[in-house]
Amino acid sequence: MTLTPVLTAHWDEADCYTIDGYRRHGGYDQVAKGFQMGPDALIQLVKDSGLRGRGGAGFPTGMKWGFVPQGDGKAHYLVVNADESEPGACKDIPLMLANPHALIEGCILTSYAIRANWAFIYVRGEVPHVHRRLRAAVREAYAAGLLGTDIQGSGFDLDLVVHAGAGAYICGEETALLDSLEGRRGQPRLKPPFPAVAGLYASPTVVNNVETIANVPYIVRNGADWLTQWGTEKSPGFKLMSVSGHVRRPGVYEVALGTTMRQLLEYAGGMRHGGEPKFWLPGGSSVPMLTAEHLDLPLTYEDMAAAGTMLGTATPMVFDDTVSVVKAITRWLEFYKHESCGKCTPCREGTGWIAGTLGRFEAGQGTEAELGMLEELCAQIMGRSFCALGDAAATPFPAAFKHFRSEWLAGTHTPADQAFDPVAATVLAAGATR
Amino acid sequence: MSISEQTRAELVELAGRYPVARSALLPMLHLVQSEEGYVSPEGIAACAATLGLSTAEVAAVSSFYTMYKRRPAGKHHIGVCTNTMCALLGGDAVWQAVSERAGAGHDEVSPDGLFDMERIECQAACTHAPVMTVDWEFFDQTTPEQAVAVLDQLAAGAEVVSTRGPVVRGFRAAERTISGIDDDGLTDEGGHADELMLATLRAAAERGIGPADGSAAATSGGPAA
Ligand SMILES: Cc1cc2nc3c(=O)[nH]c(=O)nc-3n(C[C@H](O)[C@H](O)[C@H](O)COP(=O)(O)O)c2cc1C
Ligand code: SF4
Ligand code: FES
Repeated sequence: MTLTPVLTAHWDEADCYTIDGYRRHGGYDQVAKGFQMGPDALIQLVKDSGLRGRGGAGFPTGMKWGFVPQGDGKAHYLVVNADESEPGACKDIPLMLANPHALIEGCILTSYAIRANWAFIYVRGEVPHVHRRLRAAVREAYAAGLLGTDIQGSGFDLDLVVHAGAGAYICGEETALLDSLEGRRGQPRLKPPFPAVAGLYASPTVVNNVETIANVPYIVRNGADWLTQWGTEKSPGFKLMSVSGHVRRPGVYEVALGTTMRQLLEYAGGMRHGGEPKFWLPGGSSVPMLTAEHLDLPLTYEDMAAAGTMLGTATPMVFDDTVSVVKAITRWLEFYKHESCGKCTPCREGTGWIAGTLGRFEAGQGTEAELGMLEELCAQIMGRSFCALGDAAATPFPAAFKHFRSEWLAGTHTPADQAFDPVAATVLAAGATR
Repeated sequence: MSISEQTRAELVELAGRYPVARSALLPMLHLVQSEEGYVSPEGIAACAATLGLSTAEVAAVSSFYTMYKRRPAGKHHIGVCTNTMCALLGGDAVWQAVSERAGAGHDEVSPDGLFDMERIECQAACTHAPVMTVDWEFFDQTTPEQAVAVLDQLAAGAEVVSTRGPVVRGFRAAERTISGIDDDGLTDEGGHADELMLATLRAAAERGIGPADGSAAATSGGPAA
């Protein structure tokens, strides 16, 4: 497996984020091609490519588009999930800063395929520079006749709105996002009905991640076989993998699916002090952690599942042995507690309980009985909460306990900051390579 | 304070961008926040009047989202990411240093009214940890010393430029940009992509791998694999 500069191919050009920079490399040529193919052929092409959603769950994209009822006389909508708030994920934000037109061309092709005349990009609020770049790109596309009425004489109309969220992780969950986009509190809806049947304004709606939609123009340009040259049968294609943590060269690495963490570490210059990671998470804080023994597993949906974790957002976070597992996990649980929307009891109460109990271990005041209680609590929440945030909150502890039992036992008498000097974990520490 | 006629017209404009007007509520709240410095009762009333909602309905939405302030904000919003990655890599130390410098804790305004302090969650910039934001612009890979120096410069009225964005202009100006009401003219600031965003191309160049996007230039640039 290898590096695959596709979405990132021209980020070294100063005007990569402008329409001129995008067009220089064939950008927007796919719009006419897509109109020629027709909507059904586009959906079939994406099905044939095997593209899976890049937002975390990996749902097959063409299949999702196919769920939208056709000829139902209703308005259809495309909603792009640009809420990127999963701890560890930093791929959609760089993509929108450097290559916003790939997303817009993808919106045009996808909207045409699912017969939508409105598309929305829901961007988390806290990134004004992303809002600038995206909105400027949308203005350029309108001026070029690529958005608006009768695009390129096709008779197809599309309006594209860049929308701002306001600071709520739960609004990344697709049904909460839809409520938020309707101007309400962002709380998840009961599924079914799924958004493809009753989504925005109760109409058929496709919700896809930024990176998913940005893949579409390249598939239209190069064909389904081009995508499947990379990855595996179940995980075709390439992926933006942001690598963060104690590596020498953190950053956004675009690689074929099936690349191993060991290869990614090599691209990233290795661990800052050499050696191997103590633990790492393949795709955000909501997936179980792995250790050095898992470095040679292919980063695919199926291989990660077989290892008891998930590929998730495929944005690895890597930690060396200066880090207290107890402290890391506790901080993530404080996040889930803060972000729980409060709609259902297992998550609203459970996240508080777990975070509070973990906090005692971080302070060196836990008890062995509480370790059993934590395991049981996580098992109780898993599968019993209204949306996947509750499951996510129940995920980090069990794997961390399994792999690092002694550290949790130490948390019954020694504070994490005594067991692990917090300064040593920082990249500010004297002697840090960076 | 009261909402100006111009802002009222802009609220109507935002509402007109959606097939259903209420969808504009979050951007509208950003816009009133940019005028008022927080989501004021007058701002809530103006949104409610524009959309034909009750003030209670608008207030219920506003209170759900952390970006909306319930009391007048300081001149500059200072965010320090203390989610796990940033916290461990130095964010906790950065927070302690800037919080001390400002003389204000989480969700507090410094006594001089300059700094609105907040411990923030992951900013989709963990590659750039530890991350601080000023008026929501990135200050990447910061240190306690650099972060305090930024506050000192802001206090002295000096021009301060983000590491991946433009010069910072204050919380209210940022909120106007986020609302999307108009173009602030700063799109081209901050460079196209920084070193960390270029990691793929650097690693690819070291290994003789060219573009793989199937464009004409890619073909002449060399094979993909
Ligand atoms: C708590 C929570 C947060 C989520 N955050 C995001 C997000 O920020 N971006 C995203 O694309 N998907 C996010 N998702 C997944 C979405 O619900 C949805 O599966 C995804 O947007 C579908 O797009 P895809 O099929 O292209 O992956 C989140 C899910 C949950 C449960
Ligand atoms: S699981 Fe948590 S976030 Fe999801 S609906 Fe329940 S309380 Fe809200
Ligand atoms: S943890 Fe700070 S940006 Fe992700």
